[in-house]
Amino acid sequence: MEIYFDNAATTKPRKEVIDKMLPYITEKYGNPSSIYKIARENKEAVDEARQAVAEAINAKPNEIYFTAGGSESDNWALKGIADSYSDKGKHIITTAIEHHAILHTCEYLESKGFEVTYLPVDEYGIISVEELKSAIREDTILISVMFANNEIGSVQPIAEIGKIAREKGIVFHTDAVQAVGHLPIDVEEMNIDLLSLSGHKLYGPKGIGALYVRKGIKLKPFIHGGAQERGRRAGTENVPGIVGLGEAVRLASAEMEEERTRLVSLRDRLIEGILTSIPHSRLNGHPEKRLPGNVNISFEFIEGESMLLLLDMKGICASSGSACTSGSLDPSHVLLAIGLPHEKAHGSLRLTLGHFNTDEDVDVVLRELPPIVQRLREMSPLYEEYLKNK
Amino acid sequence: MQYSEKVMDHFMNPRNVGEIKDASGVGTVGNAKCGDIMKVYLKIENGVVEDAKFKTFGCGAAVATSSMATELIKGKTIEEAVKITNKAVMEALDGLPPVKVHCSCLAEEALHAALWDYAQKNGIVIEGLKEPKEDIGDHEEVPEED
Repeated sequence: MEIYFDNAATTKPRKEVIDKMLPYITEKYGNPSSIYKIARENKEAVDEARQAVAEAINAKPNEIYFTAGGSESDNWALKGIADSYSDKGKHIITTAIEHHAILHTCEYLESKGFEVTYLPVDEYGIISVEELKSAIREDTILISVMFANNEIGSVQPIAEIGKIAREKGIVFHTDAVQAVGHLPIDVEEMNIDLLSLSGHKLYGPKGIGALYVRKGIKLKPFIHGGAQERGRRAGTENVPGIVGLGEAVRLASAEMEEERTRLVSLRDRLIEGILTSIPHSRLNGHPEKRLPGNVNISFEFIEGESMLLLLDMKGICASSGSACTSGSLDPSHVLLAIGLPHEKAHGSLRLTLGHFNTDEDVDVVLRELPPIVQRLREMSPLYEEYLKNK
Repeated sequence: MQYSEKVMDHFMNPRNVGEIKDASGVGTVGNAKCGDIMKVYLKIENGVVEDAKFKTFGCGAAVATSSMATELIKGKTIEEAVKITNKAVMEALDGLPPVKVHCSCLAEEALHAALWDYAQKNGIVIEGLKEPKEDIGDHEEVPEED
């Protein structure tokens, strides 16, 4: 039996979600744009899902655009705003710890003549609102700051950022892929103009996401073609995906408070247990301002991929910010941004808890992890050196 | 990315982990910045590698290539030992994923660094052996913090 502690990578779809989707794969296959009954039913199902997504973030249904996922939403938001507001300016502000869907899109925009400021973060992975203020220029057209970080779980001061952006008349986008369904979000109260979300991070299907676009924000279409999504994102709707996303968001919103409390307690027991049983370990990210299910710990003297392989042997699924798991020579940009030296970034372990995890899962990790770390340390020349110098 | 069964075997049950107290040659290559450090100890008697041990900080492939490289060098004469290539290590492991080929290069370098150390200590020249490129002592300083 597997213990799945990689819920930030993807989540297991819930049964309620699958049950709701199935008829739209089998019998209700009509194209929502057609006129007959099985098509009309699909149109209604899409509307219902749009309503559920809108309600979850306190938006209006006509401000929700379905996309193929978080990366598409991020790409559309950035490229679309850059394109639509380029007559106003060429400057974009984001952070050093964004997901690559934002960072690589920014690099692309830089190649097209835009200028991007990458705000640094403190040791907990949180930006300074003061630094944001001083980064704002006359020609700043967009601020894009992630709601919560996928690696270290740090939650940004979104409401404060939204307030500043609104006062300055700058469009504010947030990549909320890790936050929707896990943390309360109110686009009105937080002055969010665009928000990216994804289905498979909240027990929905893969290949579906949404972009919230505040009414009145200019945003050029991303995919040209038919009149779907009010002409801004063409293509026959992914009806099963949309229905699944709607149900997943509805369930997550309804259960959020209870689930958040449960996960925070599991998370903190796991963090506490690991830090007390394994010497030379440190928590990455903020102790409180973090996602309910995120645990990220660095172990000195060892490398992450080895840890993952040994955990896998025990049926535990996890991830690491080590270079070896990314196929590049550099470890996670997020861990480097919070000031971790390379070798500690290589020795990081991310365990992300979710809906299906139990107290017993935490017990298993607390039992299996210490000997794995010890075993790797015993074959590490860095540990040998440490012991000799001690 | 998928490791071969041989790689997984040498990762899960690494051969020759440890140190040799009175080693004839010790070589350390790689650095913590790139995520791999290999330290190889050799015991050489009468021109033959009698024993080899290693300690490695690194990924699964780094551990497996260290294990296999030390297996391959044991019992070899110095002339044979110096000819062990990363390709030989990879072949003995039934291949490595493309992004992990550098681990086998590091293993070859680690063997050579240990042989170099042996040659230096004994004032001899081993034909075909070059001075190791990297050493743990001269990699860039890593900021300390805790």
